[in-house]
Amino acid sequence: MSKLIEVSNVSKAFGGVIANNDISISVPEGKITGLIGPNGSGKTTLFNSIVGYHLIDSGSIKFKGAEISKKKVQQIARLGMLRTFQQTRIYSLMNCVDNMLISVPHRNAAFFDMFKPYPAELLEKAEDLLEFVGLYEKRKLRAGDLSFGQQKLLEFAMALMNEPEVLLLDEPTAGINPTLINGLIDRLKRANTEFGITLFVIEHNMRVIMNMADTIYCLAHGELLAEGAPSEIQNDQRVIDAYLGAH
Amino acid sequence: MLDNLNLLVIAPYLGVQLLLDGIFIGAIFALAAYGLALVWGVMNVKNLSQGEFVIMGGYFAWYMSTYGIHPMYALPVAVIGMFGFGWVVYKTIISRVVEKDMFTSLLATFGLAIVIQQGLNLAFGPEVQVAESGFPTHTIPIWGGEITVAAIRFYSFLICCVLAGGVVAFMKKSRMGQAIRATSQDVRAAKVMGIDTEKVFAFTYALNAAICGAAGVLISMIWVIQPFYGITHSIRSFVIVTAAGFGNLAGVLMASLGLGVVEQYGGFILGAELQQATVVGMLLLVLIWRQVQMNRVRQAVQ
Amino acid sequence: MTAVTDDNATEAGTGRRRLMSRNDSFIFAGLVLFGILGPILFPNYTFQIAVLWLMVLFALTWDIMGGQMGYNSLGNIFFFGAGMYICAVVQVGLFTDVGAYTSVSGQGDFRFTPDQYYIGVAVGLVAAAIGSSLLAVALGWIVFGLRGPYFAIGTLGMALAAGELVGAWGWVGGGSGIPMPVYPGSGDGKSYFFYVLCFVAAIATFMFLKWLYSTRFGLAINAIRDDEDKAQAMGIHTLRHKTVAWAVSAFFLGIAGGLFGNMTGFIEPLEVAFPTVTFGIFMVAMALLGGKGTIWGPVLGAILFHFVKEATWTYFLGWQWVTLGAIIILNIIYFQQGIVGWLQEKYPGWFGIEVDARAPAKAPSKGPAQ
Repeated sequence: MSKLIEVSNVSKAFGGVIANNDISISVPEGKITGLIGPNGSGKTTLFNSIVGYHLIDSGSIKFKGAEISKKKVQQIARLGMLRTFQQTRIYSLMNCVDNMLISVPHRNAAFFDMFKPYPAELLEKAEDLLEFVGLYEKRKLRAGDLSFGQQKLLEFAMALMNEPEVLLLDEPTAGINPTLINGLIDRLKRANTEFGITLFVIEHNMRVIMNMADTIYCLAHGELLAEGAPSEIQNDQRVIDAYLGAH
Repeated sequence: MLDNLNLLVIAPYLGVQLLLDGIFIGAIFALAAYGLALVWGVMNVKNLSQGEFVIMGGYFAWYMSTYGIHPMYALPVAVIGMFGFGWVVYKTIISRVVEKDMFTSLLATFGLAIVIQQGLNLAFGPEVQVAESGFPTHTIPIWGGEITVAAIRFYSFLICCVLAGGVVAFMKKSRMGQAIRATSQDVRAAKVMGIDTEKVFAFTYALNAAICGAAGVLISMIWVIQPFYGITHSIRSFVIVTAAGFGNLAGVLMASLGLGVVEQYGGFILGAELQQATVVGMLLLVLIWRQVQMNRVRQAVQ
Repeated sequence: MTAVTDDNATEAGTGRRRLMSRNDSFIFAGLVLFGILGPILFPNYTFQIAVLWLMVLFALTWDIMGGQMGYNSLGNIFFFGAGMYICAVVQVGLFTDVGAYTSVSGQGDFRFTPDQYYIGVAVGLVAAAIGSSLLAVALGWIVFGLRGPYFAIGTLGMALAAGELVGAWGWVGGGSGIPMPVYPGSGDGKSYFFYVLCFVAAIATFMFLKWLYSTRFGLAINAIRDDEDKAQAMGIHTLRHKTVAWAVSAFFLGIAGGLFGNMTGFIEPLEVAFPTVTFGIFMVAMALLGGKGTIWGPVLGAILFHFVKEATWTYFLGWQWVTLGAIIILNIIYFQQGIVGWLQEKYPGWFGIEVDARAPAKAPSKGPAQ
């Protein structure tokens, strides 16, 4: 089982606030890895560091064995590591199908590829994936006119369209109608098993993450508090204390 | 160009002269730039008619001087007049674009700038005007040469300081000033706390116009005004605010004096016809510098 | 899963499968017909109609960046002026010394033969197009780290600076400008010659953009408009697309500049080549009036704007520029989505846009909040 993402001793501070302090984690290939922690514990900062949104102060981040901590967002995305946003981001004035089409992988895009039309297979694939997340009926609607939950699903479908090797999901179930959460968990798992995409998930909903993840890391106050299988994390006194604020 | 550089070396007192002139002019730039920073910071409106407000203020002074009234008396008139004008502009135009995206406000104020320019042109003609203050000019011997300091420049510098101090005190002490500062931090929170943000916006915009008007009166006495000179003043304000960031009065002041000095030197070394180009060149330089700065933290300048 | 047999679905689904719908073709044919018949029916207005085509070109090229990509440039006129000067320098420089020519304002002994004239125009226009594009690529490196207001102000500064610098550059005539080579023929012949070139340039721009927006490029720049950070996070080569978009604008604007310089016969930096507050702001106003981010909007806006301007200008007696500013303000405040944008909201079906019947579409004209 090889490690797809390897974060070692990463620290990141904003001004005087230490958001991440000496964090080391690894995401094994083909698995679902969870990242939990109370608000402000540095989860999203860690995500941003991994995908190159900002530079880290120290430490190293490797993707498939190669150092990526100096690379830029686009370069990292083209390597096959993609993230979704906590505040869902889609192209609001374009319709769903166009949102999907523009999300095709750009890793091998040559300069003149930008002047090519989209082949029919891609359109078919886009529609298949929209069907997969349950948005086929809405495919011609402007993405900005979808509900928040639907936009989240669209963003997920766009990420799948990009055929990443690893997908970093920032709170995929936040803001989603509770009755739809089970369906979403199911789809996330299928993305992992059927499409072979490694998942690294930030999640607040304990039921979701315990149900999904193979390994879970817990952050608190910018430090790595615990790691282990869901059952271990669930019973870890330090994790419970962190969440209840007993410090 | 090289001749002029050479001249600066042979006659160092010229450098002192340029430095002084730059500081006198820069102090006035600071007023308009502070106004822009205020409007930008509080209501996120990038006012491209900033320079036209300055020129309008200048025409108050010039017009009064044609009736034999000393242009200094135009100061309160211009401040009050421009305050009213700003209020009207806010109510008719700005209030409708303040919620929209940035390009809307930028373009609306650009449209306003064209209207003001052309209106002034129709009213007063395209000639370059000066409001004569009639104050004496002193010469001070220094380093084998002598520099000239017009008394009016010195007075205008003092007035700038007083005005700036007044505005700062107003922002700190008065209820409206506090409301403006609160709104600039978070419009929604201010609204929830019962601040009439609409009124705050109108007041801020009018205050900006008034400050610009005062700056214009000073400009008309120590420099020149012309209906189409406004855009350069707008660009100056943008250069200063971009370099200093808004909500940073000391930064605005330093950047303004710096720009004034650079412009004087640029005009002297490159020739007077390139003085405007120096301003625009400074804009591009500041923007590039900001990009490099932001690029280091992987952000775009927005 | 649905197989893509339903051709219509693909059409409307992306709106990009086919280059032109039937309605589009009719309007387009009408436009071309007007272009051909215009100077025949109204020979006195040949120059005005030629300028109309340039206006169409202005609005279309501004819209590549401003409408489709969300980068509102206030300084695109820079490429117009750059093209004008490149064309002039090439036209003169091919056959005589530019510095000597400009120093006597073209009043020297040198005269262009007809062959030299036509070769000069042809080579000059090509050079103008390519030169302007290269300038766009080079400047793109400088300004593409700017967004929103900074981009608008930065590009405005660029155009203003260009005017000032060219005005101080003696080799190209400085502030007193360059008299262009004289057309070897009658005045009518000249206006028809340049009319045809302007018409072809505008139509070529339209066709090219129509095609360009149907490729992946079109979707990519739309994505940059809607959310550039997201586009980066998805791995889109944003800088590459932005540079190409600007270079395309510059290419056609360069040609327009070369043509306009020859049409007026005399070029100088502030009023003719880099008129930031006239042509420079017209292109923005026209695209907004017609509806930015659409292919027909800029065309419609340019035609309407030019007709109204030409028809009413003389009646304003000096107030025309004040009126212009007022029109821009009113347009911005009350009619920001433009004519085509308004039609799209009202009759989305015409444009192949589907709206959720249950939830009335929220006003989509606002664009991404900045």
